[in-house]
Amino acid sequence: MSSRTNISCLQEAARVAIFGGTHGNEMSGITLVNMWIQNSAEIERNGLLIKPFISNPRAVEKCSRYIDTDLNRAFTPENLSAPDVEGLPYEVQRAKEINRMFGPKGSADAYDVIFDLHNTTSNMGSTLILESSTDLFNLQMVHYIKKAMAPHTCSVLLNEHPQLKYSTTRSVAKHPVGLEVGPQPQGVLRSNVFESMRTILKHALDFIELFNSGVTFPPCTVDVFRVQERMDYPRDTNGNITAMVHPHLQDCDWEPLNRGDPMFLTFDGRTVLYEGANTVYPTFINEAAYYEKQQAFMTTGREILAANAIRKACK
Amino acid sequence: MFVEKKRQKKKEMSRVAVCGGTHGNELAGVYLVRERLKRRADGTEPVSVVTVMSNPRAVQLCVRYVETDLNRCFTRATLSAPVSETSPYEMIRSQELNALLGPKGSAQAVDLLCDLHNTTANTGLCLITYSDCDWICLHICKHLQARTNTKMASTPVRYVHFDIPLNEAYSLDSVGKHGFAMEIGPQPHSVVRSVIFSAMQEGVQLMMDWICQFNSGTLFEGGWVDVYTMVKNIDYPRDSETHVITAAVHPNLQDRDFCLLHPGDPMFLSFSGETLRYKGKEALYPFFINEGAYYEKGIALSLARKRRVEIPSVRSETLR
Repeated sequence: MSSRTNISCLQEAARVAIFGGTHGNEMSGITLVNMWIQNSAEIERNGLLIKPFISNPRAVEKCSRYIDTDLNRAFTPENLSAPDVEGLPYEVQRAKEINRMFGPKGSADAYDVIFDLHNTTSNMGSTLILESSTDLFNLQMVHYIKKAMAPHTCSVLLNEHPQLKYSTTRSVAKHPVGLEVGPQPQGVLRSNVFESMRTILKHALDFIELFNSGVTFPPCTVDVFRVQERMDYPRDTNGNITAMVHPHLQDCDWEPLNRGDPMFLTFDGRTVLYEGANTVYPTFINEAAYYEKQQAFMTTGREILAANAIRKACK
Repeated sequence: MFVEKKRQKKKEMSRVAVCGGTHGNELAGVYLVRERLKRRADGTEPVSVVTVMSNPRAVQLCVRYVETDLNRCFTRATLSAPVSETSPYEMIRSQELNALLGPKGSAQAVDLLCDLHNTTANTGLCLITYSDCDWICLHICKHLQARTNTKMASTPVRYVHFDIPLNEAYSLDSVGKHGFAMEIGPQPHSVVRSVIFSAMQEGVQLMMDWICQFNSGTLFEGGWVDVYTMVKNIDYPRDSETHVITAAVHPNLQDRDFCLLHPGDPMFLSFSGETLRYKGKEALYPFFINEGAYYEKGIALSLARKRRVEIPSVRSETLR
């Protein structure tokens, strides 16, 4: 047992981007970013470059999730290195452009932090999405945000599963953070959801400003939900769904689902039970955009992550 | 004082239409129509029901419409306009549906057209129609309202009236001799919630039960139904130059469909934190509060007057 705390010295987070409209029908982020493009006073912080940015303007114009393909799955190495030719899907072109502006992904020139703002039709409340269990900066930031938001709950979803990883818009940055707030229908702006997202961002920017000013953040732990697997709807031979999320599961994001609990209700009234051996914590329950991705909900397991103390590295 | 109205005699209903997917992303109706189409009629049904997926292309793409809102294409003018291959898809489709289920205003039209819809607003179940004296529609409403001990029991049922003459009536339900939209919310577009699906399934079943009883000569006693008549729409506050919305529906009003809105009550919360209040002189009933599809139509909410309508007892003409 050491009497001296290990403090990780990390690079200053000088450049931060806030993305709205990665999906053109998720209205909180679109509204916030457009507002801040007009008047950035609210998001200004000492010594920080903060860029609000509409990532998929054509989808926003059309109020649809995407034009050709999901932008939030488009940042694959193949797409980012694809040659500039005619006929590339709009979102692949856009991914390359965003990678030039805010990346290149994986390089020293990439933006330090990107917040990507999303809404969901699922009853997830305020959720922060992380892609790494070892990014100390992000762990300390979400710890700070959770404390600042209390008693309002902020759940943390960790999507680090090697097979389930997807190439998100925010993955261009050194420290990618997803903000997912629901429930909100696509194309709708709900005041309470809008204000929650706004408040989360305020706390996030406060943290970065404090970090950059040299504050030491002590060691902490973060309760997270780690993504396990995707559960699809029961389907017929034509691929049409034959059941709906069961009323007992609907809106129960983050609550335990045990073997024998109702999971789906068929259109003709039969209950399908969850047969998994272990208790899981479902999330993204009945998200509209996931019907075409064959996902009724996602299972997660609870975990506690530990983070060292951090401080800005001296020059 | 209750005045016994003269009993109304009506012809029995021989043809009924159940339509879903008029908006392709309102999924309870889409799935209900798919399920009904799966169960082939075996010829023993007491009333002939035609089940129709109104906008199959929009359903396929899971969007409200492909080129133009199908549920605004049923005015006399649109139905009689010349169409060509370059006409909007929904305009061509509205004329096809009119030929199949109408023609609107003629003796060949279906007796009753029930068009299934969902809304992101917290409306419960509404029967939306153009008449406040269509005794068939009003009795069906009363029948749905009376159900107890059912899955639907927690879903309020209301009758909403748009005072528009038949020629200008623009929605699919105006094609039938009698008709209404059966609108159930709240449900996000492109999502099916089992509670909403079950309520819609039960609503349609209760409607069919009423029709069968009516056709077999049952006397339905008169009574009262509260009718909400649409008075006006209210748009979001917008920036005068860019036309971009500058406020969201106020948290005090959000989800409070059919709760009386008084002059001075909060209506919008601006992004700069200001509360904007209802400035009308008359207390009215808000509905379709924050319907996702209405942003592009410039409607944040609609306002209605409520009044009690007395309905006569009814019985079909064909007596046993």
